[in-house]
Amino acid sequence: MIEGAKWRRWLFFYVPLGAFILFLLFPFYWMVVTTFRPDAELYRPWMAPNYTPFWTLHPTLAHVKYLLGETLFSRWMLNTLVISIAATAISLFCGLLAGYALSRLDFPFAGSLGTGIFVTYLVPQTLLFIPLADIIRNFRLGDTPWSLILTYPTFLIPFCTWLLMGYFKAIPKELEECARIDGATRWKAMVYIIFPIAVPGILSAGIFAFTLSWNEFIYALVFLSSPEQKTVSVGVTSELIRGDVFFWGALMAGALLGSIPVAVIYSFFVEHYVAGLTGSVKG
Amino acid sequence: MAVPYALTERPSYAGAPRRGPVTRLLEDQRWLAAVLLAPTIVLLGLFIAYPFVKGVELSVTDATVGVAGHFVGLRNFAALMGDSIFRIAVANTFLYTAVTTVFKLALGLWLALLLNRHFKGKALTRAFVLLPFIIPTVLSTFAWKWMFDPTFSVINWTLFRLGLIHARINWLGDPGLAMVSVIIVNIWRGVPFYAISLLAGLQTINPELQEAAAIDGARPWQRFRYVTWPLLLPVTMVVVLFSIIQTFADFQLVYVLTGGGPANATQLFATYAYQIGVGTGLLSQGAAVSLAMFPVLLVVVIVQLLYIRRVEIH
Repeated sequence: MIEGAKWRRWLFFYVPLGAFILFLLFPFYWMVVTTFRPDAELYRPWMAPNYTPFWTLHPTLAHVKYLLGETLFSRWMLNTLVISIAATAISLFCGLLAGYALSRLDFPFAGSLGTGIFVTYLVPQTLLFIPLADIIRNFRLGDTPWSLILTYPTFLIPFCTWLLMGYFKAIPKELEECARIDGATRWKAMVYIIFPIAVPGILSAGIFAFTLSWNEFIYALVFLSSPEQKTVSVGVTSELIRGDVFFWGALMAGALLGSIPVAVIYSFFVEHYVAGLTGSVKG
Repeated sequence: MAVPYALTERPSYAGAPRRGPVTRLLEDQRWLAAVLLAPTIVLLGLFIAYPFVKGVELSVTDATVGVAGHFVGLRNFAALMGDSIFRIAVANTFLYTAVTTVFKLALGLWLALLLNRHFKGKALTRAFVLLPFIIPTVLSTFAWKWMFDPTFSVINWTLFRLGLIHARINWLGDPGLAMVSVIIVNIWRGVPFYAISLLAGLQTINPELQEAAAIDGARPWQRFRYVTWPLLLPVTMVVVLFSIIQTFADFQLVYVLTGGGPANATQLFATYAYQIGVGTGLLSQGAAVSLAMFPVLLVVVIVQLLYIRRVEIH
């Protein structure tokens, strides 16, 4: 594939690729190093002669212990997990049914409804968070997990629907017709014939939806107020900074541990995740 | 399944081949569609359409937290026109979106082309490259904030050791540099998304086209310009438009890195709306700031819809 002399290959391939990888992954390396670095080494100005940035001489678990013992971090993790799973489940349920209807049923306004759902997919959270906060208050959902479990689907359902429509459209009509000739109702044909075929799509949509929920920030920041209700992102932001003082060791430990669930799921389902990502833009 | 009536002895089976009223209703496509779409329409109506109406309503009143407020017409929007911070936020948002989009597209395309070659460890590299996109933005942004710390910055150390700088760089404290820093982090987070999406687009292009062009004597650049690029354009358009919306409405990155400062140098629509609507509690004005994004987003969405329709027809 790569023609020419060896130096050309280095110049046009290995060096740029290496630079990209360094640029993209260095912050994570920095997160890990900081997490295990004692405060004495951490708060050493970069001008100091004994500043050793890229490794640490006396690794410590002090920051992790502080995070798990002295803060509500494990509670935030649990909150985020529950909210993400619940929001993903609701979105998959709605997205499956809506995706089936929009791609395989013939009814008036199908086209405009599909477009409508696509448009809501493009609505950023920052457009509506202020009136939505007011609505959440009026529904008395403020400062409860429900405020997020019910609002996250607004950006997850459109995505799930859109992705699953792609899978449903690819399934031949004859398959369903055969089942119906054999006496299955439309409902049964949908649940027992069509949904099982779309399992890879459901998995992709679910994984992508889960990571999006885990990543969400502004709704969680605005709708939740008490420390024990917060999600990881919000808890780390608001509780590990006192005034102007940043607890960098604990912050980086929080960032590292808070990323692990997403990273683990991602590592098991890279292909599904990529399918979800590319499906989400291709439509 | 459908047992003929005559074959069954017990009368209770008489109704079996016929179906209940609900099942029969669901055999009609219109009714089935209505039932299937109901949960989605209820949720999206309650938490997208209703807030939108409510937002418009709020923006024409003088409501604050806990106070309903009175109708004031377009006074909030008129006030924004005269608000110098709002004007800065508008200019910043356009600059931020334009610069990051250009870099994300250029670097993302380059990375996609690199990843499209065959080399050892390709799958692993691709998996790692996507990490900045999947790790929660707020958490990874904290790593950047720590890297930008004026006293403990590893970037400063590296540049100093390489002899490129002689004094410390105050990445987030200097108004001009703060914008540069925020842009760098946004590019860092966005490049993987562009690269992986464009890579998926590249992989759908038949390699024989490349070979044919090469046989005809096309140079690598010409092969890219006249073969790959036109075929990649539809995917690129969708990715770019999608990314413009996300970047234009960005919040978390700036909130963590600078909070819109120093002196509003990195203030964006969303951070300013948050500051006014949530920080100060002026709901109506905050809603007005958020809604001011709407015309721009609408244009992008319309372009996207028209483009998708055009691609589907061809």
